[in-house]
Amino acid sequence: MSLDKDQIHKLATLSRIAIDEATLESVGERLSAVLDLVDQLQAADTTGVEPMAHPLQTTQKLRDDVVSEPNHQEAFQTLSDSIHDGLYLVPKVIE
Amino acid sequence: MHNMSIAELGLGLRSKTFSSRELTEHFLRRIATLNPRYNAVITVTEESALASAERSDEQLRNGAGGDLCGIPVLHKDIFCTRNVRTSCGSKMLDNFIPPYDATVVENFADAGAVMLGKTNMDEFAMGSSNETSFYGPVKNPWDITRVPGGSSGGSAAAVAARLGAAATATDTGGSIRQPAALCGVSGLKPTYGRVSRWGMIAFASSLDQAGPIAKSAEDCAILLQCMASYDPRDSTSVERAVPDYRATLNDSVAGVKIGIPKEYFSDGLDPSVEAAVMDSLAALRELGAELVDISLPNSHLSVPAYYVIAPAEASANLSRFDGVRYGHRCDNPVDLEDMYRRSRAEGFGEEVQRRILIGSYCLSAGYYDAYYRKAQQVRQLIRQDFVNAFEQVDIIMGPTCPSPAFKFGAKGDDPVAMYLEDIYTIATNLAGLPGMSVPCGLVDGNPAGIQLIGNYFDEASLLNVAHRLQQATDWHKLQPGGLD
Repeated sequence: MSLDKDQIHKLATLSRIAIDEATLESVGERLSAVLDLVDQLQAADTTGVEPMAHPLQTTQKLRDDVVSEPNHQEAFQTLSDSIHDGLYLVPKVIE
Repeated sequence: MHNMSIAELGLGLRSKTFSSRELTEHFLRRIATLNPRYNAVITVTEESALASAERSDEQLRNGAGGDLCGIPVLHKDIFCTRNVRTSCGSKMLDNFIPPYDATVVENFADAGAVMLGKTNMDEFAMGSSNETSFYGPVKNPWDITRVPGGSSGGSAAAVAARLGAAATATDTGGSIRQPAALCGVSGLKPTYGRVSRWGMIAFASSLDQAGPIAKSAEDCAILLQCMASYDPRDSTSVERAVPDYRATLNDSVAGVKIGIPKEYFSDGLDPSVEAAVMDSLAALRELGAELVDISLPNSHLSVPAYYVIAPAEASANLSRFDGVRYGHRCDNPVDLEDMYRRSRAEGFGEEVQRRILIGSYCLSAGYYDAYYRKAQQVRQLIRQDFVNAFEQVDIIMGPTCPSPAFKFGAKGDDPVAMYLEDIYTIATNLAGLPGMSVPCGLVDGNPAGIQLIGNYFDEASLLNVAHRLQQATDWHKLQPGGLD
């Protein structure tokens, strides 16, 4: 399995990671090596096997519909330098 | 003092032989002198450590406090610590100071344990050598030209170098057991759901589990007692009574059936590691345990299944790091998309980026069934192998890793060679079972580890067998040269 440049660009877009054109080839080679490893799965006979998403076969517990967490907005927003009136500032999205 | 077990330290504290403040100062001095050599600790919380030692001394004076009261420990830098930087070994979180404590951290604080600082780790726990940390690699105290293993390499090296009485760690594919093996210390990954993941930075949510790294199985029992708890804040935390792990440590192992999977003694295993593992198994047979040959026929599929499932979950979990609310944000973004893409390219290292890209690939339209669904089916087969095995045996044992610690750069450009380091540990995470590694000897001066795998929620059996082994042998008492 080897990935072409278009596929790597697509993955970079899906992952929201900028990839330097100069490293595209080496990134592709290493991704392809991992996908070769992963391709060993295709040889396994999994006919009729139920997929296992999680080790625990439990159902989610329900809790009473009451407020259990106070509002931490102020504490959380101390982590960002780009705050204005309690809002996070990002580059302009709408003209 | 630094060579004493947690139980011995507890006795010393209670008998006033030394105070928690003296003990804490002793470890802080060791960190100051020795850590520059190992880079195992990346944040030292001296001031708060001394303050909490004094609080613990007060408790001890009043005859209060449990097993961990006044005991200095280190936390892996994956656990959120209130007002103390929690970097997860990444540039992305180099500036992240959490406003809250992880449940594990809270449990230790409630027990009166003293936090000395935070340990180095592979970035976002992705790695088996600690070479992916933004803060530089941890050096193995047994040989500083060799890796300590990963991702909890800082915790394992810190315990080996006696920079703290013990350390917390996490294990997604072997990240407690492999570094414990390579650094000659004991480490336990509990059953999935036993320890709360709240406040523990997520890598692969269906695999991640926290556990202790310490000098002995007995110490691990004391630490797990504190770490294990039901936590309503983690919906995957299991509401189940926590047994008294110390109470069964000394139970006889006569008649205990130990399964030896033939797949764990295959071609890739270093013959000297195999010989060391066999010595420990022989010691257990002397104690009356019965060795039973078993098979885990789908073992060879565990690494391929893991490298679909873990990256898929990681790609979703790490999507939260977008430069908006916290973490690294690139300079002068031209638009929102540019901000996301450059913040993530600058904030994440190469291995983390690779796993996100792999995860995106496996989950993308047209590939989901061939990769993700297929891997989940194989995961079921792997779990079933263990279910079948535990119908015949009580625990399973084999090597923790194929070889002792390797040199820095030895697996540099080949991600797959690095991934195969976890060939014996990954299946346990996929199944959600508890696993443990304890020292079983030296190979050319470097430690080897033996792994114990237990049935669901049967950590007590692992601790019991490991403790009896450590009563009969001295491998866990060996220490790196050049240390007092």
